Amino acid sequence: MNAPLIGARLPRKEDYRFLTGGGQYTDDVILPNQSYAAFVRSPHAHARIKSVKTDKARQAPGVLAVYTGEDVAAAKLGGLPCGWLITDVNGQPMKEPPYPVLAQGKVRFAGERVAMVVAETQAQARDAAELVEVDYEPLPAVVDGEKALAKGAPQLHDIAPNNTCYVWAIGDKAAVDAAFAKAAHVTRLEFVNNRLIPNAMEPRAVNGSYSRADDSYTLYVANQNPHVERLLMTAFVMGLPEHKVRVVAPDVGGGFGSKIYLYAEDVMVTWASRQIGRPVKWTAERAESYLSDAHGRDHRTVAELALDKDGKFLAMRVKTVANVGAYLSTFASCVPTILYATLLAGQYTTPLIHCEVTAVFTNTSPVDAYRGAGRPEATYVVERLVETAAREMKIDPAEIRRRNFIRQFPYQTPVALQYDTGNYEATLDAAMKMADVAGFKKRKEEAQKRGKLRGLGYACYIEACGIAPSAVAGSLGARAGLFEAGEIRVHPTGSVTVFTGSHSHGQGHETTFAQVVADRLGISADAVDVVHGDTSRIPFGMGTYGSRSLAVGGTAIMKALDKVIAKGKKIAAHLLEASEADVEYDRGVFKVAGTDRQKSFAEVAFAAYVPHNYPHDKLEPGLNENAFYDPTNFTFPAGSYVCEVEVDPETGKVSIERWVAVDDFGKVINPMIVEGQVHGGLAQGIGQALTENCRYDETGQLVTGSFMDYAIPRADDLPAFDVDTRETPCTHNPLGVKGCGEAGAIGSPPALINAITDALGVRDIPMPATPQVVWQTLQQNRKAA
Amino acid sequence: MSVKVSMKVNGKQVSGEIEPRTLLVTYLRENLRLTGTHVGCDTAQCGACTVLMNGKAVKSCSIVAMQAEGADIQTIEGVASADGTLHPMQAAFKEHHGLQCGFCTPGMVMNALDFAARNPNPTEQQVREALEGNLCRCTGYHNIVKSIVAGAKAMAAAK
Repeated sequence: MNAPLIGARLPRKEDYRFLTGGGQYTDDVILPNQSYAAFVRSPHAHARIKSVKTDKARQAPGVLAVYTGEDVAAAKLGGLPCGWLITDVNGQPMKEPPYPVLAQGKVRFAGERVAMVVAETQAQARDAAELVEVDYEPLPAVVDGEKALAKGAPQLHDIAPNNTCYVWAIGDKAAVDAAFAKAAHVTRLEFVNNRLIPNAMEPRAVNGSYSRADDSYTLYVANQNPHVERLLMTAFVMGLPEHKVRVVAPDVGGGFGSKIYLYAEDVMVTWASRQIGRPVKWTAERAESYLSDAHGRDHRTVAELALDKDGKFLAMRVKTVANVGAYLSTFASCVPTILYATLLAGQYTTPLIHCEVTAVFTNTSPVDAYRGAGRPEATYVVERLVETAAREMKIDPAEIRRRNFIRQFPYQTPVALQYDTGNYEATLDAAMKMADVAGFKKRKEEAQKRGKLRGLGYACYIEACGIAPSAVAGSLGARAGLFEAGEIRVHPTGSVTVFTGSHSHGQGHETTFAQVVADRLGISADAVDVVHGDTSRIPFGMGTYGSRSLAVGGTAIMKALDKVIAKGKKIAAHLLEASEADVEYDRGVFKVAGTDRQKSFAEVAFAAYVPHNYPHDKLEPGLNENAFYDPTNFTFPAGSYVCEVEVDPETGKVSIERWVAVDDFGKVINPMIVEGQVHGGLAQGIGQALTENCRYDETGQLVTGSFMDYAIPRADDLPAFDVDTRETPCTHNPLGVKGCGEAGAIGSPPALINAITDALGVRDIPMPATPQVVWQTLQQNRKAA
Repeated sequence: MSVKVSMKVNGKQVSGEIEPRTLLVTYLRENLRLTGTHVGCDTAQCGACTVLMNGKAVKSCSIVAMQAEGADIQTIEGVASADGTLHPMQAAFKEHHGLQCGFCTPGMVMNALDFAARNPNPTEQQVREALEGNLCRCTGYHNIVKSIVAGAKAMAAAK
């Protein structure tokens, strides 16, 4: 038997192809007779389309076709659907304006698709796209959420008066207000959770082809959930028979949520491939990614925390305006509601919480889930309020948290979620020790002698992931289920292929899922191959996002393994001439209890496929089982981050001197991979707090439209990270896992801003705290002093 | 209008007829079907297109193929040995989990090869600064830095 694989730092099986240039990303796929698409995008944020002239473009070299909104309407192609129906405070459904794949008479954000050119080469398509003549009548635009709600603001959609998609709320407002009225102390903060652009390193790409011979379509697409992509496209947009469409998400270069959605480009190239009779490929230029990938975050919030004289949290009151952009993207509606407000209890026993969210349309790119999706926004609210309250009440920030930690589980929060298990004190203790909080005072004094300002910040986050119980999701408005599927195919010679509905675009599932399976079957991880990303090979899958793959996808695989082992026991019992009840199984060995008579997994597998000595009256040959798993609850990873910064007051530059992250992800299958996920999440959260900001000007032009203007962190912007884990195994899945993909991005922004405000001795500072912002804050502070 | 271009790529002499504006990265990916070199941006920031040109790390999106006339180009496909054994730098990336989605990886490895040849025993800070021209969105750079420090040492030891 092999060494246990659960908990092993196994190097990744997928690395070889990526290290040697053998990865196959969507743009790497060149199909026979390939043609290429380029999109004509609106340069205006808001405009009427008076005419679209395509004759010059059609005559350009190599052009095969040019399509406009008229062609799309004539073909009766549907609009892009939203997958989550939010019900507003009056019990009315949210406003769902049509989202056409090519603009119909009006454009509502700079970058919206107006026409598509298909040509023999990429260069010819792009050249010809510049020859399409669109006559626009520009209209006034509005980019700010609050301004879009104001009287007299430009109106985007006839069906959404005041640009309001919905007003949603959770909690007992009267009870919350009453608690505030009696509170000894109230802390109030007003802030922006800044809009971000995901910027996965692989730009979006899609290659659609149609085969007349068997009336079928194949779509290669950089996507996180091929079955969902297929379902949305065939059933809701194109009216195609689902079983005749194959979607392949091959190697995908990062997603972070931006590659979940069904995009207009995906529909257009698939449709065009049939019109032209050739495969059509589109690959985004980075500038197009900036304009047309779903953006993230963009909340304006007023948040208040009511405390008693000892710093115990009595109530929380939150009001948020969430900018959803010009149209509703696939999951946009649930991010600032279900995935946000339900986390406002944080790790604390706050008994009363009320949150009201207004989702508003503006002339900006559609906004949807981006790493953390609602939970970074919630954690920012909670952890900035808590730390600020601590400073105002002169209570140590770690101590104020201890006074309010949840210590009894399961714990029913006042915002719908029930936490299964956790030990928040353990991660805080560990983080404080690793961060040498005790020595901070000395380090601060030493820095002061050098003219530098040191600060320490905490964030104790919790998040809800491993989405989700389908019935619960459905009752909250989800239009899809959120189960997962897994199939275990045992081959006659005892090796295994795993087909998973999860998708890997950096998370290492080909390794960790192999570890889970190999460990349970007592075989080598090399004998297990994990297949993902192809609808024609995998029964079904809801895909990878929401830190759900191991918790939900992994559990589906465990349940399939249960079935394999159960059948294996029957086969072994027959081979060993024992009764089934007497056969025990342990990691690859079937044994008759109390004897040394046994059969190996390999022998049982072979017998299943060469069934000469076999209980045919009771059992079919073969060893191939699948399982679908619908989770019974969300999972609740939680942790403590401690961040120490040093600020140079002359330049405003913030240097992160130490970053400690102690997370509780439940059971850890591969610590090396988990650490990598935390590092990546931290980098994105630090990016939000320190360097990244998506900005539009007043006319709706995206000012930060490239890597020149939008600063994702580089290696020398970031420190090395000190990460560790503590485990309170999840109580409701057999692996005991909680998910780790998003935590880093969730807990880090408030930790960093808490540290910077501590260093500067100010109450608040906006994100991103760039050197200019820090320096200006210091100047303003000096003036005020 | 097309021009003739010829160069050595991964030790093999190649030539082709291309439009003058064809970038080196496009020539590699589409004409030679060496798709390991990636296009990640349009402002020469991300470094996913990095190759070695006459031994120096160069962003292949920032030169036209004609500028590589007669040059000795090495791409990620030419780094491992002929029998497929990973180069010490590649092996270091695998050992230290220096990649997740893999998209930035070829550029990271190619830049690291040039850097490590000149810096056999780099500090973490030196590596971070050397990566100014390479963006990664997945790893937070922590393990990439570890990989390059280890890979540089391994390369020096192998000499």
